[in-house]
Amino acid sequence: MGGYILKRLLLAIPVILGITVIVFLIMAMIPGDPATAILGSYATPDNVARINRDLGLDKPLVARYFIWLWNMLHGDFGQSFSLNRPVIDVVLERFNNTLILAGTSFVLCTVFGILAGVISAARQYGLADKAITFAVLLGISIPSFFLGMMMILFFAVDLRWFPVSGMTAIYGGGDLADVIHHLTMPALALAVVATGVVARLSRSAMLEVLRQDFIRTARAKGVREGRVIWGHALRAAMVSIIPVLGIQAGFVLSGAVYIEIVFQWPGIGRMLVDAILQRDILLVQGGVVFVASCYVIFNIIVDVAQSLLDPRIKT
Amino acid sequence: MSAFFKLLARNRLALGGLIVMGLVVALALITPLLPLADPDATDTANRFLPPLSDGYLLGTDGLGRDLLSRLLWGTRLSLAVGFAAALFAAVAGAAVGIIAGFYGGRTDNIIMRGVDMLMAFPYILLALAIVAALGPGLVNALIAVSVVNIPFFARNIRGITVGLAHKEFVDAAKLAGMSNPRIILSEILPNVVPVIVIAMSTTIGWMILETAGLSFLGLGSQPPQADLGSMLGEARSALITNPHTSVIPGIMILIIVMSINLLGDGVRDALDPRLKSGALSRPMAATRVERKERPAPETSTDAILSLDDLHTQFHVKDRIYKAVSGVSLSVKPGECLGVIGESGSGKSVTALSIMGLVASPPGIITAGAARLEGRDMLSARFGELRRLRGRRVAYIFQDPLATLHPLYKVGDQLIEAISCHRAISKSEGRKKAIELLKSVRIPNPEERIDIYPHEMSGGMRQRVGIAMALANDPDVIIADEPTTALDVTVQAQILSLLSDLRRERGLAIIFITHDFGVVAQLCDRVAVMYAGRIVEEGPTMEILRAPAHPYTSRLIACVPELGEGKRKLEAIPGLPPSVDNLPAGCAFADRCLKAQDSCTKGEIGLEGSGSRAVRCLFPEPGFAEETA
Repeated sequence: MGGYILKRLLLAIPVILGITVIVFLIMAMIPGDPATAILGSYATPDNVARINRDLGLDKPLVARYFIWLWNMLHGDFGQSFSLNRPVIDVVLERFNNTLILAGTSFVLCTVFGILAGVISAARQYGLADKAITFAVLLGISIPSFFLGMMMILFFAVDLRWFPVSGMTAIYGGGDLADVIHHLTMPALALAVVATGVVARLSRSAMLEVLRQDFIRTARAKGVREGRVIWGHALRAAMVSIIPVLGIQAGFVLSGAVYIEIVFQWPGIGRMLVDAILQRDILLVQGGVVFVASCYVIFNIIVDVAQSLLDPRIKT
Repeated sequence: MSAFFKLLARNRLALGGLIVMGLVVALALITPLLPLADPDATDTANRFLPPLSDGYLLGTDGLGRDLLSRLLWGTRLSLAVGFAAALFAAVAGAAVGIIAGFYGGRTDNIIMRGVDMLMAFPYILLALAIVAALGPGLVNALIAVSVVNIPFFARNIRGITVGLAHKEFVDAAKLAGMSNPRIILSEILPNVVPVIVIAMSTTIGWMILETAGLSFLGLGSQPPQADLGSMLGEARSALITNPHTSVIPGIMILIIVMSINLLGDGVRDALDPRLKSGALSRPMAATRVERKERPAPETSTDAILSLDDLHTQFHVKDRIYKAVSGVSLSVKPGECLGVIGESGSGKSVTALSIMGLVASPPGIITAGAARLEGRDMLSARFGELRRLRGRRVAYIFQDPLATLHPLYKVGDQLIEAISCHRAISKSEGRKKAIELLKSVRIPNPEERIDIYPHEMSGGMRQRVGIAMALANDPDVIIADEPTTALDVTVQAQILSLLSDLRRERGLAIIFITHDFGVVAQLCDRVAVMYAGRIVEEGPTMEILRAPAHPYTSRLIACVPELGEGKRKLEAIPGLPPSVDNLPAGCAFADRCLKAQDSCTKGEIGLEGSGSRAVRCLFPEPGFAEETA
């Protein structure tokens, strides 16, 4: 197992390098001069030349890539000009907040998605199945940003159950209860779509498994029906559910961008959108590379979980 | 193709999606012709008018612009952008996929590594990076969304192209001297287009959502032009004071995406052949029993297990397959009854019906009784049936790779067979499991207990299946072709094992097989099934010596005998009748050399004297002499 994890980690290195190349190439396509964008009306030729020298922009493309890469490997993602702080500091701080949001949503969509999918499959064509199928259809069709806005209208403005936006109360907030209070709505809004997808997939995976011969064997042994469904069948269905959870983690992370905007959550998605509108290229580059790399690592964890679950996978 | 549309139309939800989508698209198409206000004309005197105001059906937004007009123009824009993005992604993705799949080798490798790389991004990060480079704007958002979705199409299309690239017609085109680009255009592309269209139709809703999302973030369409996403984005600042400006475009996006999803599901279901046959429905915990009449009371007494006039059917759509029609059997303690027949004769369904294990839906037991010591198990509640399963009546199935759980250790599956009927401690369970493995002559049971089924050979797995059946010292074992998947030497070992166990433990065995050789080795009595009925029954040796039913004698002739290599092996010409359309009278008449007109006239009873019985008007001569 240790060897397998090491092998997967080694295989991740070229993928992460590829990510840096793609991000770098996309950013190199930017027309015009970043220095002019940074300096705005202060863009005198002298100033432009100095900024270009500071940023290493006077060097050829390939050299610039390796300098950027080398610096990143040393933890230096550059300086954000719009925030005037080191990129890595901003990214880590904001990513932490995104993880709180997206992580909670991921747990929610996993638990409720599988729960709904299994119940739906076990009661196929029954009332529960129809209700869940309809809810799932609605869930995967509603844009999360619209859902978030409607939740604000209903639960925050009308019912006053939850705060309208933010991560902590402005005065005297910041403890766990306060964060949970602020987290509830955005986490739910973010989880809805992924829950629908996971529920759908779990349902079809369960239906597929429940027809297998080994389920009949379990029933022939006299295993209780609850254990047949939640033990034998779900265990086998997890083999096809887990890879989808890995994909859904990416969608939750993506959806977080919208939810962070709607709920004013100080996460990395909002930071990226602001950075794009400000043309803060180093911040965009650093943020994208960092989050994408974390996602690659997360997918390795998913693969390892998969191999732990399925002894047939050669490790 | 027309069958496909029929299936689609039968799916009411998909049809509804299609109609709603059609309406929205029609509305978007005729928008320029409608007498609408200018969507961008501001009127600060009439800001934030509520819906149904005079002259403004849906009210106005923060700049006093007519919301109805903006909604329709925005819908038009969103649909156009979503469709364009889907088209662009599909064309580019297909081109990449076809080139990778067709040329293969290093080209394929390099392209697909690049595609994998793009797929390593959470999709929005890539889209954001592209918009960051190109700058905010609707066209740039469209490009970003398309590029992000290219890998999805490239992967799908590559898979299909790889399959096509080695087909005969492509080889033929190569031999005919066609150039590669021409082969791609004239041979590959036409076969790939339907897949592209389907993939596009299922992703178009997603594309609309994504472009709307980028516009919502302020990175897509720029004011004053607005698609549905930027309408929502602009309205967000007035969400609390004037919610209608947000609700209207939001509902529109919901309607569009939902109708596309409904349609997409309908298309997928119509294309999935498994749904047509109802094969995707899951079997319930026990077979449905729908008997019109209460079964006749128990008659025989010394049998441990008896079947009385069992009828099991499969109801698929409007067809009824009569898999078992009126089977009566019984087995005494210590006795082995063989049930023999071709595949489709209903022997397995008979066996599975006893403990309610026929997959249901579509299976239904429509008449008869299955009695264990006189108690009808078909009328038992599920809880009682479950407690009898595996404890009093145990099953051994064919193909132990499929019948053992692939992810549970062998030992745990054995222990579970015990622990679901009585509480057992961990160490005691383990001890018992080792004993069981030992009793079916598995070497090194202490080690084997901790391995998974896929790590064992077929014969070993079958022994595990037998051990599992023995776990609770049952009274009856129903073995459904337990040796069919095994080679001959292993088969012989398994048979002698079952034979020993029967003697040692006084087990009653019902042995299902299609092989008379196996029956001869193990069974005291045998029942021959054909098309869901028993056609002959009696002591094994007597039937082997003098079969009464022409079908039985033909079946026996199918068994090769050692040392008689010269004898011609006789296959039975023809196929058994389909059980959803059984002929009147003898079901075998069609394939029978001795058939007369009277054979197909009416019901033929299972008749005989003493221990033997046959369902035939003209039994074989040997039998007639013996009973005379």
